[in-house]
Amino acid sequence: MIEARGLTKRFGTLAVLRGLDLVVAPGRTTAILGPNGAGKTTFLKMILGLTKPDGGTLLFDGTPVNGDCRYRSRIGYMPQLARFPENLTGRELIAMVRDLRGATGPCDDELIPAFELEPQLDKRLRTLSGGTRQKINAVLAVLFRPELLILDEPTAGLDPVASSLLKDKILALRAQGRTCLVTSHVLSEMEELADDVVFLLDGRVRFSGPLSELKARTRQATLERAVAEMMRRGAEEAA
Amino acid sequence: MNTMVKVLRYDVRDLVRSRWLVGYTLFFAAVTDALVRFGGSSEKALLSLVSITLFIVPLVSLVFGTVYLYNAREFTELLLAHPVGRRQLFGGLYLGLTLPLCVAFVAGVAVPLLLEGLDDAGQRVPFVMLLAAGTALTAIFTAVAFVIATVTEDRLKGLGIAIAAWLAAAVVYDGLVLLAVLLFGDYPLERPMLVAMFANPLDLARVLLLLQFDASALLGYTGAVFRQFFTGISGTLVSLAALALWIAAPVALGLRAFRRKDF
Repeated sequence: MIEARGLTKRFGTLAVLRGLDLVVAPGRTTAILGPNGAGKTTFLKMILGLTKPDGGTLLFDGTPVNGDCRYRSRIGYMPQLARFPENLTGRELIAMVRDLRGATGPCDDELIPAFELEPQLDKRLRTLSGGTRQKINAVLAVLFRPELLILDEPTAGLDPVASSLLKDKILALRAQGRTCLVTSHVLSEMEELADDVVFLLDGRVRFSGPLSELKARTRQATLERAVAEMMRRGAEEAA
Repeated sequence: MNTMVKVLRYDVRDLVRSRWLVGYTLFFAAVTDALVRFGGSSEKALLSLVSITLFIVPLVSLVFGTVYLYNAREFTELLLAHPVGRRQLFGGLYLGLTLPLCVAFVAGVAVPLLLEGLDDAGQRVPFVMLLAAGTALTAIFTAVAFVIATVTEDRLKGLGIAIAAWLAAAVVYDGLVLLAVLLFGDYPLERPMLVAMFANPLDLARVLLLLQFDASALLGYTGAVFRQFFTGISGTLVSLAALALWIAAPVALGLRAFRRKDF
């Protein structure tokens, strides 16, 4: 689904990506893990064309990601932070995004009743709590039955009920053969969702493969311990 | 084109409900109404409105524009994750900010003046010119705000730059021109002064507006020189054309910065 070769990016003097090579298989859920500043969000934004790489190539379904924006109709994106126009209502926001997508048929809006959002949809977005806005954010991401779902820290700010509902939705989409890219610091949650794990460190891929392989290689029972082990090894090599 | 109009439609709907925009309209309505009621003639009211417009419109366009665009940043990012081109989105965001501000200004000034009625038909042209200049200044300074908010990542720094830009154009610039006149009074200054006038859209708008009145004393040095060069209608046309260029330049810069930006 996604193929990255030698992606580099620097912001000023800070090299965020230093030759990132990665293939994301279709129909699987891939967790992108790594410490803060490892380049996770930058990589996700590159797939969306929000950030342009300095070097290297990035293919989406075999086509290079460049100026053309049409490929993004196949992607659903849930950013870390949800801030919307203050004086619109949730209903207007959904209508706006539908409009921009040129979507006419029915959408996948089953998260709205699941999150019990219906009574909130006619209030101005400014008045909604952060968690409620994050729910709307999630609704928008899955609304158009995307082939690729990109979630950046999806459950941050959601209560346990909403967070489980969102995870159920991700699993349901996975069962339908959709591809999903997730970052999160809650590793127990990734263990539940992910088929594959990508571990980024200092702008490079340190590990990429099935979750079971990472555990076997680090000889740890849980993802959390396996990742801690990877980070420890990374620090040892650096020393 | 289509995407731009869609973004514009929702942006306008969002802004029209903003308390700040309503306040801006009411401010101009109240000031205009007071000037017409207590100023005696509508000509005096128009003349006072010129000064207020030149002062307030750039300030509000820059500060409100910068704050609005910073607040819209995460949403801009979200929209760009959809199949929306950057050029289209820029157009929608820019017009979505500029049009409501223009309408607020025009409504705030025009409604009270038209309700009271202009004193005589001769004031129609200055009246229309005031509305045109206010609209042009809004378009210029919201575009400058766009450039600032796109290039500067730090919100506080961006806001500081916006205020500094306003101070430079509205206050410091005139001081520097006067200083230059004082220092180089022995030399022929007509042409440099003319250049100085075109180099600041606020100066340009002031001259354009004061040319419409019998108030040469208010024209200042640059205006007096300008009047020597362009008499009658040609002065108005030249300054209007220059203002149009002044809109195009920051819009082009803003678009360029927006298309290159890493979100």
